[in-house]
Amino acid sequence: MFSVAIVSLTLLAFLLGLILGVAAKYLKVESDPLVSQIEDMLPGSQCGQCGFPGCKPAAKAIAHGESEVTICPPGGRSLASQLASLLGIEVDLSKVVDKPPMYAQVSEATCIGCTRCFKVCPTDAIIGGPKQIHAVFKDACTGCEACVDVCPTECLQMHIIETTLSSWTWPKPNTKALPPPIAA
Amino acid sequence: MKLFRFKGGVHPEANKIATGCKSITPFPIPDRLYLSVQQHIGAPAKTEVEIGQHVLKGELLAASQGMISAPIHAPTSGVVVDITEHTAPHPSGLPVRMIVIEPDGKDTWTKLDKIEQPFSLTPEEIAARVGEAGIVGLGGATFPSAVKLNLGKDNKIYTLIINGGECEPYLTCDDQLMRHRAEGIVDGIRLMLHGLQAPRALIAIEDNKPTAIKAMQKACEDIESIDVVVIPNLYPMGSEKQMIHLLTGMDIPAGKRSTDIGVLVHNVGTAYAVHRAIRYGEPLVSRIVTIGGKAIREPQNIDVPLGTLVSDLIEFCGGYKEKAERVLMGGPMMGQALPTTDVPIVKGSSGIIALTAKEIEQQQMMPCIRCGSCVNVCPCGLLPLEMANRARKGDIEGAQEFGLMDCISCGSCSYVCPSHIPLVQYFNYSKGIVASQQKEKTHQNEIRLLAQQRTERIEREKIAKAEAAAKRKAAREAKKAQKARELTS
Amino acid sequence: MKNISPISGPHTHTSNSINMIMLKVMFALLPATIFGIYLFGWPALILFTITILSAILSEIFCLYLAGKPIKLFLFDGSAILTGWLLAMTLPPWSPWWIGVVGSVFAIVVGKHVFGGIGQNIFNPAMLARVVLLISFPLEMTTWINPYPLNSLITPDFFESLKIIFLSETPVDFVSGASILGNIRTELGLGHELVNIISANSDHSNLVTGFIKGSMGETSGLLILAGGLLLIAQRIISWHIPAAMIGTVAILAFAFNLVNPEQYSGPWIQVFSGGVILGAFFIATDLVTSPNSPLGKIIFGSGCGLLVYIIRTWGGFPEGVAFAVILMNAMTPMIDYYIRPIIYGYKTKNVPLVYDENRISASINTDKE
Repeated sequence: MFSVAIVSLTLLAFLLGLILGVAAKYLKVESDPLVSQIEDMLPGSQCGQCGFPGCKPAAKAIAHGESEVTICPPGGRSLASQLASLLGIEVDLSKVVDKPPMYAQVSEATCIGCTRCFKVCPTDAIIGGPKQIHAVFKDACTGCEACVDVCPTECLQMHIIETTLSSWTWPKPNTKALPPPIAA
Repeated sequence: MKLFRFKGGVHPEANKIATGCKSITPFPIPDRLYLSVQQHIGAPAKTEVEIGQHVLKGELLAASQGMISAPIHAPTSGVVVDITEHTAPHPSGLPVRMIVIEPDGKDTWTKLDKIEQPFSLTPEEIAARVGEAGIVGLGGATFPSAVKLNLGKDNKIYTLIINGGECEPYLTCDDQLMRHRAEGIVDGIRLMLHGLQAPRALIAIEDNKPTAIKAMQKACEDIESIDVVVIPNLYPMGSEKQMIHLLTGMDIPAGKRSTDIGVLVHNVGTAYAVHRAIRYGEPLVSRIVTIGGKAIREPQNIDVPLGTLVSDLIEFCGGYKEKAERVLMGGPMMGQALPTTDVPIVKGSSGIIALTAKEIEQQQMMPCIRCGSCVNVCPCGLLPLEMANRARKGDIEGAQEFGLMDCISCGSCSYVCPSHIPLVQYFNYSKGIVASQQKEKTHQNEIRLLAQQRTERIEREKIAKAEAAAKRKAAREAKKAQKARELTS
Repeated sequence: MKNISPISGPHTHTSNSINMIMLKVMFALLPATIFGIYLFGWPALILFTITILSAILSEIFCLYLAGKPIKLFLFDGSAILTGWLLAMTLPPWSPWWIGVVGSVFAIVVGKHVFGGIGQNIFNPAMLARVVLLISFPLEMTTWINPYPLNSLITPDFFESLKIIFLSETPVDFVSGASILGNIRTELGLGHELVNIISANSDHSNLVTGFIKGSMGETSGLLILAGGLLLIAQRIISWHIPAAMIGTVAILAFAFNLVNPEQYSGPWIQVFSGGVILGAFFIATDLVTSPNSPLGKIIFGSGCGLLVYIIRTWGGFPEGVAFAVILMNAMTPMIDYYIRPIIYGYKTKNVPLVYDENRISASINTDKE
């Protein structure tokens, strides 16, 4: 009686293991979709602040676990946590500083028209010709600061994008309307 | 007429007795008028005047920009003394561009384009004139009325509903307008019907306004196409969605507009403004505002020139007789708390209500006890407790799944919550996140496109350079060969 | 009048609050409680007081541990109500430690372990009752006969103290099985239902309430009155009580019709045990019941079904506590899948569509 049970259970285990092995080989999911998925989530401005020469190499590195999910400064906390949940890993968000959105602006008094800045701008947001004062298209600026690094006269400064009446949103209600907890 | 009751709704204390019987008081011209360029939904108006310019009453100050916009006109004659950023009548306290006028006291109208036979105008002309007069939805939504009238072209409108509900407590401006200017309103309705080519209009008035009902019935008794409908007193009866359901039994399908089911809703104040604009050529330069609340000494309804400061109005009403805990622009359910009274009246200001702490009844916020009172009163069939709990945890997608974007922010749920949870603020906060996420996405797509274009441009330049270099090389080779041949020949 | 941070509307409110709701529920329970105390004498009052006091003390202790403001949360009345409801379901002359253990379990494990008010999945009072029933079956199934305060045989105050604190019940006072327990045992012995009912004197007193049972079981009519008062005040809706009582009654009627010898009729099923108390006060507990009307009906029907099944075929004569707890576990699922229809939609995620006839017909409404 016992032998019947032992034999049948062993056979069952063998059969199931075989099915799993076959599935692992023939139903394997390609890992490449992960890279393009991550690349879609990244800002796509190829600013290079992460140290990689663009968003696709950075996506590859993150997908293969070679880089942290926190390497993208423009993405901030929200991107880091989204990537972490996509990859199913824990991430320490305390080090990620959410910089407020910024845009660059040329101080016209000190611009010498050297053209170094618009050559490095990843979105061609700076207009101006040689020996002419340059200007930044605010809407096209991603805040990557590449231009600030190369400007010889330091006439490019970063300004915080101000909240206007049209971009203002309601803050979260203050749950501390409850009196603060008494230290137990 | 058969009415189709909707589920939910609340009965806040009306508190309309203090101003209900007070007739419309004219307001003396104040010292300064602040005209905001953003008094409507859509793109802000573009300033067309300069500092120091003298303007007459009704003269264009700022022109509309684009499809959805409205112009601003001078409420009285005077000199433009400043064009500057001033605090907007908005809870954030952020500034907005305003044109400041110092009245000269003469109140002279500019040349007005009166029409003797307005019904000989084509519907397009009527819509154009309404747009030029700067008329927007005076119920508080401030949507440009000309755009709404033009919607009649794409969809056949079978019923025009004129909203005389005024379900918000304290407000009596529409009530007074209907009592005293009924003929003007009815004339405006007839003009709108002509502009929309619609066969019929219904004027919906809540049953707590018997005098207004009588006045309106008398004004339209000889007109076949216009009828007065008495509707029950319930909040939020004046909301477009609920009113359409009540009168026609149809819901506005999700994601669609009311014109898709052949109905259009306009406020009584808008109808009156259309009457003044088409017949008398007067642009929108003033409106009736209810100054109320127990903190005000002499509450009343005032015909206010646009741009008057709220502080001036309160002073005119005798100032405060009790400490005002909050001053609201609008009614207590959906009105905005003003950060300061140094803000002007705009086209959408139906009331200035100064509430005492006792009237606000704010108590300590407690955890949600899942009592379901909010579910019972929600007029849109939502589950406010589920949405708010998810919003509190930051799960905005979860809140959207429960119908966040279908919420009309009427405030019925917060009104009844026994734990005094600020439900509407959770929904406003979540909607703000959704809106900024969408803006962020569009912006990111644009940035991506720009970056791509740059890469392509650099590629093109590289290829062009290579081609040019190759060409030059070929030319040099050819010249060398040519020279060599010359030498040998 | 300056706001530091923007406050959204609405800027007015009803005067409703959590403790007002709790007070109204307690007021609705009062007639039945007073009748119960009258029926069972001083010991019932002492046990009632002990149970509620333990609930309050455990609440204070848990709030202190959690660092929450004690006065604010204590006076919302939810702990007192939990203790009250638990006391209504205990045998009226139980030893004092039954009341204490029950209350402490209800408040600590039933409520605060889950996160405090509004966070519990199971009804705390029922959770405690189930724990007590399983752990101390003897004490929890010893139902004393009624010894009303104004009758000749009733324990005086000192005797009551001894009964509750020392478990010394004088032999004058008789206890026995409840109606349902009696029916079950007798049916098991093969007796016919008709004879069982005529043999048990309690059945004639079913409506007036002078029967053995807990304080919530006996005075069915008073509980019903209190429940109807709650519905009139819009604190609970009619869906759950109607569904629960209706299901029990219909099932009892159907089975009784088929086999009157084995299955008791709807009258007995509804008026004995804690069905009425359960339907109006326990299953309708705000935190643990579904939000939507359809969800409530499903919840109530499920409770009724489980009550009948447990009573008839299950191991216990009384099934309300188990039924409520089991359905409480289903509440999150019911809430997730069953939602009211949102304005503008036909069913979930399917917007309404009107055809041209309906749209043009909107103007053909009769004039009055």
